[in-house]
Amino acid sequence: MIDLLLERVANDLPALQIAVPLLSAAICLVIRRARPAWVLAMVVAWGSFAGACVILSRVIHHGTISYAEGGWRAPWGIELRIDLLNALVLLVVTGICAIVLTASPRSLDQEIWREHHSKFYALYLLCMTGLAGMTITGDAFNIFVFLEISSLSSYALIAQGTTRRALTSSIQYLVMGTIGGTFILLGIGMLYMVTGTLNIADMAVQLAAVGPNRTVLVALACVGIGTGIKLAIFPLHIWLPNAYTYAPAIVTAFLAATATKVAYYVLVRFVFSVFGAKLAFDELHLDAVLMPLAIAAMFAGSIVAIFQDDVKRLLAYSSVAQIGYMVLGLSLVSVSGLTGGLVHLFNHALMKSGLFLVMAAILLRTGSTRIDAMAGLGRRMPLTMAAFVVAGLSLIGVPLTVGFISKWYLVTGAIEAGLWPVAVLILLSSLLALIYIWRVVEVAYFRSPPEDAPEIREAPPSLLGPIWVLAGAIVFFGIFTSLSVGTASAAAQMLLGVAQ
Amino acid sequence: MFEGGLYPYWIVIFLMMTGLYVVISRDNLVKKVIGLNIFQVSVIMFYVAMGKVRGGTAPIEAEGFTVFSNPLPHVLMLTAIVVGVATTSLALALVVRINEAYGTIEEDELRELEREEDA
Repeated sequence: MIDLLLERVANDLPALQIAVPLLSAAICLVIRRARPAWVLAMVVAWGSFAGACVILSRVIHHGTISYAEGGWRAPWGIELRIDLLNALVLLVVTGICAIVLTASPRSLDQEIWREHHSKFYALYLLCMTGLAGMTITGDAFNIFVFLEISSLSSYALIAQGTTRRALTSSIQYLVMGTIGGTFILLGIGMLYMVTGTLNIADMAVQLAAVGPNRTVLVALACVGIGTGIKLAIFPLHIWLPNAYTYAPAIVTAFLAATATKVAYYVLVRFVFSVFGAKLAFDELHLDAVLMPLAIAAMFAGSIVAIFQDDVKRLLAYSSVAQIGYMVLGLSLVSVSGLTGGLVHLFNHALMKSGLFLVMAAILLRTGSTRIDAMAGLGRRMPLTMAAFVVAGLSLIGVPLTVGFISKWYLVTGAIEAGLWPVAVLILLSSLLALIYIWRVVEVAYFRSPPEDAPEIREAPPSLLGPIWVLAGAIVFFGIFTSLSVGTASAAAQMLLGVAQ
Repeated sequence: MFEGGLYPYWIVIFLMMTGLYVVISRDNLVKKVIGLNIFQVSVIMFYVAMGKVRGGTAPIEAEGFTVFSNPLPHVLMLTAIVVGVATTSLALALVVRINEAYGTIEEDELRELEREEDA
C-alpha cells in the first residue's frame, strides 16, 4: 500500500514541484498565523528540494524525464520536460529557496509586521512556484505564464521593504519586468506562427525544417531582449540595484540567487534548444552582441560596486558583474565556455545568497547595511564575518572556492576560442572584485568601532546555520566538483550537440 | 493568417510603439501604467490576428461550416489578459502606496525627493 503510494508520488514528482507550492501558498493565506505558515512553507520548500534531488539523480541515471500533464501527450498537451540542464537549475532554485526560508523568521520579525508574515510566505511560495515552473516546463507559453507568476510575486515581495524607496524600486522593476515579459510573449507568438507548435522540443524540430527567415530572427531578438531584461544583462540592469538594495534582506537573498538564474536558464534554453547554436550564432551573430555587453557588465558592475557606501547595494552591482560572466560563458559557444556559464549559475547562487544572508544578519544586529556601520564587526560578529570572507574570496575567484572553478572554465573557454584578450579581461575584472570585497573586509576587521557604539552580539543560530551551510557549500563544491561541473558540462555537451 | 493583407500587424506595431513611447516619455506613474497596458494589448491583438482565418468560424462542428479559425492563440490570450489585469492592479496598488508615502506620483518629483534623501 505504502510502496504503491510512494511510487505514485515518485512518478508525479515533476508536477508536484509546481502543484504543491502553489496550493500551499493559498493555504498560507488562510492560516494567517506567522509560525504555522512558516512551518508549512518550510515543509514545502525542503520537500521540493528533496524532490529536486531525486529528479536530478533520475535524470543522471535514466536520462530525460518527460511528464505529460493531465495525461495529454506532447506536443498537444503541456509537457514537463526535465533534462540535465533544468534538473541542475531546479536543484539550485529549490535548494536556495529552502535554505533562505530557514533563515527567514528572525530577519522578517525586524522588517515586516508579524501579522503580515503569512502573506509574505504565501508570496514566497508563489514566487517559488513560478521559478520552478519556468525551469521544468517543456512548453513555451507556459514559460511566459510562470514567468509572470514569479515576477508579480517578486514585485510584491520587493515592495515589502521598510523604506518608501522599496515602493519606487518595485514599480520600476514592474515596468521593466512587464516590458520584458511582453517581449518574450511576442517572441513566442512569432515562433508559434512559424512552427505551429508551443512544445519546445517540437518547436526545435519544426524550426530546423523551416530554416532561418526574418520572423524567426525577430522572434530570437524579442526573446533575447525579454530575457535580457529579466536577467539584467548590462545595460538592461537598471532595475536590479534598487530592487536588491531596498527589498527586505531575506527577499534579496532569495531573488539574487534564483530569479536572474532562471532567466539565464530560459535564455540558454531558447538560444541552444529552440533556435539552435547555428541559427543564433552563425546567422544572427548573437555572440557579437552578447560578448561586448558581458564584458562591459563585468567592468561597469564591478567599478560601480567599488564606490558604493551601502554594502547591500555594493553586492547588487557585483551581481550585475557576475551576470556578465554567465552571459560571457554563453557567448563563447563552446563546451568549456557554456560549462563555465552554467557552473557559475550554480556557484553564484551559493555565493550571493550567502552574502545577502550575511547582510540580513548584520542588519539584524546593527540596524544598518552601510559600510561605516560595519566597523569592528570582525571581532564582534566573528562567525558572520568569516562567512562573508569565504563568500567574498569566492566572488574574487580564489582557489578552493567555487568562484575559482567557474572562472577556470571561462578562462579556458576564452583561450580555446583564441580570445586571449577576453581571458585577460576576466582576470582583470576579478581584481576589481578584490577591491570591493577588501573595502568591506578592511572596515570590518581593521577599523575599530566608535566609542559610543552599542554592544553587538553574534547573529542568532537560526541565521548563522543557513549562512554557514552556504559558506560550507562554497568550499565543498570548490573542491568536489563532480556534481556541479559534471552535470553542467554534460548539459553543455547536450546543448551543443557534442558527443560525450 | 488574415487574408486581407498585413494591415492588422501594422496596427499591432503602431500600438506597441505608442505604448512603449508612453512608458518612456511620461513621468506620471498612472500614465506609465496606461502605456504598459497599451503595449500588452498590442501583443494580444497580434495573437488574435494570427489565429483568425477570413470567413472562419469558431471551431464547432456544425452543418455548413468548413473553415475554422485557430482557437489556440485566442485561448492563450485569455491567460495573457489575466496577467495584464494582475499587473495593472498590482501597479496601481503600488502607485497608491507611493502617493501615500511621497505625496506625488510624478517620477521627476520622486527622483528629486530621493536625491534630497540621499544627500
